Amino acid sequence: MEIESHALELRGVQKRFGSVYANKSVDLTVLKGSIHGIVGENGAGKSTLMHGITGFHPIDSGEILVRGKPVNFKSTEDSIACGIGMVHQHFMLVESLSVLENVILGSEGGIFLNEGLHKARLGILALVKAYGLEVPLDSKVSKLGVCIQQRVEILKALYRGADILILDEPTAVLTPIEVEELFKLLRNLRSQGKTVLLVTHKLKEIMAVTDRVTVMKQGVVVLNVATVDTSAAQLAESMVGRPILLDIKRTAASRGELLLRAQALKVFDLSGVARLNGVSLDLFAGEIVGIAGVSGNGQSELLEVLAGLVKPNEGSLLCKAALVDDWVDITNATNGPRSRHNLGIAHIPEDRLKLGVVPSMRAEDNVRLGYEDKAGGDHFLTDPKQITRECLNLMDQWDVRPAEPMLSLDSFSGGNQQKIVLGREINSEPRILLVGQPTRGVDIGAIEVIHKRLMALRDKGVAILLVSVELDEILSLSDRILVMTSGVFTGEVSSSKASENGLGLMMAGIADKGGIR
Amino acid sequence: MSQSRSALYLRLEPFLLPVLNLGLALLVSGLIIFSIGENPLKALQVIFQGSFGSGEGLGYTLFYSTNYIFTGLAVAVAYHAGLFNIGCEGQAYVGGLGVSFVGLYLGGLPAWCVIILGILAGALFGAAWAYVPAWLQARKGSHIVITTIMFNFIGSALMTWLLVVVLIKPGQQAPESREFSNHAFLPSLKGLFSYAGINLGQSPLNLALLISLTAAVAIWFLLWRTRFGYQLRVAGTSPAAARYAGISPENFMLKAMLLSGALAGCLGLNELMGSQHRLTLDFPAGAGFIGIAVALMGRNNPIGICFSALLFGALVQGGGELAFEMPHISHALVIVIQGLVILFCGALDQLLKKPLRRIFTTTV
Repeated sequence: MEIESHALELRGVQKRFGSVYANKSVDLTVLKGSIHGIVGENGAGKSTLMHGITGFHPIDSGEILVRGKPVNFKSTEDSIACGIGMVHQHFMLVESLSVLENVILGSEGGIFLNEGLHKARLGILALVKAYGLEVPLDSKVSKLGVCIQQRVEILKALYRGADILILDEPTAVLTPIEVEELFKLLRNLRSQGKTVLLVTHKLKEIMAVTDRVTVMKQGVVVLNVATVDTSAAQLAESMVGRPILLDIKRTAASRGELLLRAQALKVFDLSGVARLNGVSLDLFAGEIVGIAGVSGNGQSELLEVLAGLVKPNEGSLLCKAALVDDWVDITNATNGPRSRHNLGIAHIPEDRLKLGVVPSMRAEDNVRLGYEDKAGGDHFLTDPKQITRECLNLMDQWDVRPAEPMLSLDSFSGGNQQKIVLGREINSEPRILLVGQPTRGVDIGAIEVIHKRLMALRDKGVAILLVSVELDEILSLSDRILVMTSGVFTGEVSSSKASENGLGLMMAGIADKGGIR
Repeated sequence: MSQSRSALYLRLEPFLLPVLNLGLALLVSGLIIFSIGENPLKALQVIFQGSFGSGEGLGYTLFYSTNYIFTGLAVAVAYHAGLFNIGCEGQAYVGGLGVSFVGLYLGGLPAWCVIILGILAGALFGAAWAYVPAWLQARKGSHIVITTIMFNFIGSALMTWLLVVVLIKPGQQAPESREFSNHAFLPSLKGLFSYAGINLGQSPLNLALLISLTAAVAIWFLLWRTRFGYQLRVAGTSPAAARYAGISPENFMLKAMLLSGALAGCLGLNELMGSQHRLTLDFPAGAGFIGIAVALMGRNNPIGICFSALLFGALVQGGGELAFEMPHISHALVIVIQGLVILFCGALDQLLKKPLRRIFTTTV
C-alpha cells in the first residue's frame, strides 16, 4: 500500500564500466507527484543512473521498481512504454521540422503523415491546455528559442504518455526569467500528479523547486533529505566533501588607470539588424565590470568585438599599449585575436567547446592554443618536452585532474577543461581579461576556485570584463555592473547598490516576449 | 588491472584495426576464390610470392608503393587541415607535366640539377592544380570535394590535348612525348639492393622511393614537431577555435592544399623520370584514388602510410601474378580483391572499432 505511493524505487542499483563503479548500490525512492532533485558534481554518476533508469545503459545489478512493480528495461523504448520520459540537456529535435512533426516523431501512427498529424494535433492541444505548455505547433523548431525548444521536448515526453519526467540539467541554457517559467511548469505538472526528477548541479534551483533532494558523490548516494530540512551550504558540502564558500570575500576595488576605451560600437548582422547599437565602455585596471542581460541582447557580440573576432561596423576601440605609454587603435586590427594577445588582452570565450579548445586534441596542445608562437619553444620547431612541461605546470597551478597532458581534452570534465582555458589565458599575464560564462557547465568545486582566481587577478590590477547569465556570479564578482538590452547599455549600477531583483527588472526593461527569437 | 588492459588496447588499436580489416578483406576474397573452385590459400601464396618472393617482384612492389606513398601523403596533409582532397589523380597528372618539361627541355643541365628541378617542377605544377579548388573553397565557399573531382576531369582533358596536339613525338601514332634527355633518368636502386644480395631484375625501382620516404619523414616532422603543423591541425580540427586563437583557417586551407598538391605532383618523378622516361597518357593510372585508401588505412599518419602503401603495392604486383598463375582467376577478379581491401581497410575502417572497444575498454 505504501509502495503504491512510490513512483520510482531503486534498490541496490550498480553499474560498472570496466573496474570503475559509476553507480554503487544506489537506493533511491521517488514519491509520486513530487519534484525530486538529484545533485552531484560532474562525474558523480547522476547521468549513468538516469541512463540506467531509462534503459539506455541497462544496469548491471539491483532492482528498479516503477509504481511498485519491478521492471527490467533493456532499451529506452521499454522505459517509454512504462511511462518514463527524459528530456536531455542537448535537445533531440529535428530543427528543420515543425513542432508538431517533432512531437509525433517515432509515433507517426500510419504510413500517411497527414492522418497521424491531425490526430496528434488534437491530443497535443489537450496536453497544451492541461499543463499550460504554450508552443506554436506549426513553427519550425529552428525558429524557436531554446526555452520553447525545451517545452517541445517536455511535450514530446508527455505525448508519449510519460508519467515520470526526467530533466537533465534543464536550466543550463535558460535565462533567469525562463527558469522561473520552467519551474512554474514543473509545479503545474506536479499538481496534476506527474513525478519529476530534476538532475542539476545548481543548488539554488534545487532549493527553489524540489520536494526532496538526493546528493550523489563518486557513484554513491551520500545524502537524501527533504528539501525543507537542508540548505544550499549543506548540499554543497556533501557534494564536494568539504565546506564550500558560496559567497566569496571581496576587498574594496582600487581602480587604476584607463586601459581600454570603446566608443559607440555598432555591429550589424547579415540582415542588417544592429546587434550592438552604439556601445561605449571604459575598462580600468583593477576592476571587474559585469555585463548583465538576458542572453542574446548583444553581450556575445560585445565580447567578440573586444576580442577581435568580429570587426565593428562603426565605432572605435582604443587600447593602452603595454610598453609604450600610448594609445593604440585596434578597431580594425588585422588578425584581431593575435594582435590582442600582443597588447595583453586575453579572452575566455563563452562557448568553451566550440571556440576555447580543440576537444579532440591533447590537453598539452590546448594549453598552447593561441600562444603557440610564445609557448613550447618559440621557434618554428617545437619542443615536445617543453610543451608537456608547460602543461604540467599549468595543471599543477590549477589543480587540473587528472594531470595527464597527453589525454585528449574531451576526456576532462567541464570544470577541468575550463581550468585549462583559464590557466592558459591567465598565464599569458594579460592586462585586460575578457571573460564569457566562466562557470558554464562547471561543477561547484571548480566554480569556487575560478571565482577566487578572478578576484585575485583583479586585486593584482588586471581589468576584467565579465559576461555571464548567472546573475549571482555578476553580483558577487563585479565592482560595476552594466545592464545590456537590445544591443545598448540601459543602466549602470555599482555592486554595492545592486540587487538581483533590481537587475532583473532592468534586464526585463525589454524582456523577451514569449521567447521567440 | 582492467584499466591497464584498456590502456594497452588503446595503444595497440591503431595497429590492430588495420590488420584485422585486412584479414576480413582477405577472408571475403578467399570465399569468392573458393566459390569459383580455386584454392584461396594457394592464391594468397601466389600473391605473396609474386610481390615479395623474388627480387624483381619486390622491386615492382616497392615501385608501386612509391606512387602510393606520394598520393597517400597528399591525402593525409589535406585531411589534417580538414579537407578531403580527392583530386590527387589530377594533381599527379598535371604535376607530371612539370616533370616532363624539365625532362624534355632542361635535360642539358647536369643530372643532379635536372633531378632537383624535376622535383620542384612536379611539386609546383601539382600545387598549382590544387590551389585553384583550394582558393575556390577558402575565398568563394565552393566545396573542395566537388571542385577537386572536376579538376581531375579538366586535368585529364588538358593533358590529353597537350599529348595529342602539342607534346606528341612527331611522326608517331601513340600519344606520348619524345624520350627525356638521359640526364632526367632517375638512378635505379639496383646497385643499392645488390649490396643486400637482392637482384631487382627488370623492375624500375628508382631513387623516387628514397625521395618518397624522405617526404614521409619530413611530413611527419612538419605536422607534429613544428608550429606550422600544429596550426594546420588546429585549423583542420576546429576552424572556430583556430579563429579564436588568431589562426586563419582559410590561410591554412590554402597552404595545406598547396602542400598536398605538391606531394601528389611528385608522382611523375617515379613514373616518368624513374620508369617510362617520357610523358604518357594517363600515367597516374588511379594512384591518386588509391592514395585515399592508403591514407585512410595508414590513419593519416606518414609512417602508417608507408606501410599501407607497401600493402597496396604488393596487392597490385601480386595481383598481376595471380591472374597470370591461376587460370580461373581473371584480371577482373584481381581488381575485385583489390576493391575488397580498399572497402574494408579504407571505407569500412571503423567497422570493428566499436565492438573491439566494447570488449577491451572500460567505456565505449
